[in-house]
Amino acid sequence: MNHIEIVRVENLKKYFPVEKSFLERLLTRTRSFVHAVDSITFSVRKGEVFTLAGESGCGKTTTGKLILGLIPPTSGKVFFKDQEITKLDSEKLRLLRRKMQIIFQDPYASFNPRMKIGEAIGHPLEIHGLATGEEKRKKVLAMLERVGLTPPEQFIDLYPHQLSGGQRQRAAMARSLILEPEFIVADEPVSMIDVSLRTTIIDLMLDLKKALQLTYLFITHDLAIAKYISDRIAIMYLGKIVEMGDKREIFSNPMHPYTQALLSAIPVPNPERKRKIMELKGEVPSAIKIPVGCRFHPRCPFAEDICMKEEPELKAVTADHIVACHLAKG
Amino acid sequence: MQKQLLTVENLTVEYWTKKGKVRAVDGVSFYLGKAETLGVVGESGSGKSTLGLSLIRLVPPPGRIVKGHVWLEGRDILKLREEEIRSIRGRKISFVFQDPMTSLNPVKKIGEHFVELIQTHEPKVSRKEALERAEQLLKDVGIQPERIDDYPHQLSGGMRQRVMIALAIALNPYVVVADEPTTALDVIVQAKILDLLKVVQSMYDTALIFITHDLSIAIERCDKILVMYAGQMVEHSNVRDMCRNPQHPYTQGLLKSIPNIELTEQKLEAIPGSPPDLLNPPNGCRFWPRCSYAMERCRKAEPQLIETETDHFVRCFLYEGMVE
Repeated sequence: MNHIEIVRVENLKKYFPVEKSFLERLLTRTRSFVHAVDSITFSVRKGEVFTLAGESGCGKTTTGKLILGLIPPTSGKVFFKDQEITKLDSEKLRLLRRKMQIIFQDPYASFNPRMKIGEAIGHPLEIHGLATGEEKRKKVLAMLERVGLTPPEQFIDLYPHQLSGGQRQRAAMARSLILEPEFIVADEPVSMIDVSLRTTIIDLMLDLKKALQLTYLFITHDLAIAKYISDRIAIMYLGKIVEMGDKREIFSNPMHPYTQALLSAIPVPNPERKRKIMELKGEVPSAIKIPVGCRFHPRCPFAEDICMKEEPELKAVTADHIVACHLAKG
Repeated sequence: MQKQLLTVENLTVEYWTKKGKVRAVDGVSFYLGKAETLGVVGESGSGKSTLGLSLIRLVPPPGRIVKGHVWLEGRDILKLREEEIRSIRGRKISFVFQDPMTSLNPVKKIGEHFVELIQTHEPKVSRKEALERAEQLLKDVGIQPERIDDYPHQLSGGMRQRVMIALAIALNPYVVVADEPTTALDVIVQAKILDLLKVVQSMYDTALIFITHDLSIAIERCDKILVMYAGQMVEHSNVRDMCRNPQHPYTQGLLKSIPNIELTEQKLEAIPGSPPDLLNPPNGCRFWPRCSYAMERCRKAEPQLIETETDHFVRCFLYEGMVE
């Protein structure tokens, strides 16, 4: 199949230095780091929903920020179309931001409470010198309509606190879309939205994707939602991708024990079904001291000798399914 | 009627704010048997947390319980004097909250939390004895007894929640109210904590009131479900009846809007609109502005709770013809 890559990430790493007290610095020479993102490689294809999923602390949000150039990587490369973002100076990056936007988890914290919704949505147009005055207003009204805040004349002059959570998330989408981006990073966009409204927001995201030919990088801890929205999924554990592939493959044939455990732990709304939850030993270790060998081995019920010594590489199971596990058979 | 452990009748709680009265819990009634699990499901602002707090009269001001009864062992908790209620809190009815960090005292060792709790209710127990009991309780919830000398920040989120559960069962209460106990936790830890609650529940024969926004968890883990919408209970039945035959349009909508990981090509349906502002609730049924079955009557009159089949209650005009 021929896919056009819109974003490509190569061996991307982000280590955050751990702050130490003065005394500790005197006594120890070594510096320690949080290995938030520890060499990951993947690409996002034009027009798809690519999901990064994993538990808190697995590095999914950091990856999103690295891709947008919001924080610099420790090493590795990020390409947007054919441009290497990680090499761009701030001015070029600013221009590129028009094409790459983000939607955050908390739609309240991401709006200035003193700025009217219409102003906030139109603000990027001014910053990028694209429209002012009447033209800007027209664009904002059209965008409000597009995200379902109708009638737009009624919403344009409201303040964020006058909107419900779902409406605020719609407004956040309007602001992200006003510059006509091609690529959107959506970081847990529905996890703070009430259950009855989640579906409307997700459906809106999918409608907009179609209508505006967008590509999404969707970041979530919720695999049930990931299954609903994604085309492809990457499962992250302690800064690394442990399994990646077509959604149907990942859910019907999970190969990595961590993916299997994650899937087995998701509650299923069916009272007749008694699931067996796969037991994992202990809890996620600290990202400062990554276990040697396979980083999952201390918790893995199937770990063998090799898992404690060698770090497994991602290898192909089928055409669109790769997994980093010594025991997985292709 | 069989003898119930806890019976709640027509419980009504209001917040008297500067902007006006908000009826956060409006005439909720249910009963709970020994070792039963009741799931209270609702969105934010539906009144589910206020309902939980009012069972032990801990509704924060400006909230007040304006009506109703909470019967436990033949006594109405809402009529007890303050000293009497204190002997019930923690001992007969205990709580597990969402965020264990804010419920544990950061400058107190884990063991001290148990000593304080046990000695408050059982002054004759020595410190040593209380610590011994704490060690056993920690073992019961899967924590090494040595952690008794740790401070809360030395434990992970999942372990802290285990400590909270150990504290909740320390005095062998009749009822544990768990308010979103796993919402702050990752899915694997969540599953473990939910398993633990089940184990502890059968070990101590405790009834559990599980307050959650997550209908999937409630369906998976509870015997009975009570669905709250805008302060009212709109449907209440055992979990099988609720899934087989959901009656209230809101319940039906919720069930259609939650993703089920075991289904392929699932089409989710959304409930249009958003929950009402309780300062200014709609006339008639509180759900009609979002309801696709809404009739003229729903906008004017408020439906009452009716029993459509045995122990299946619903607040909707659609079912009125079905019962006498």
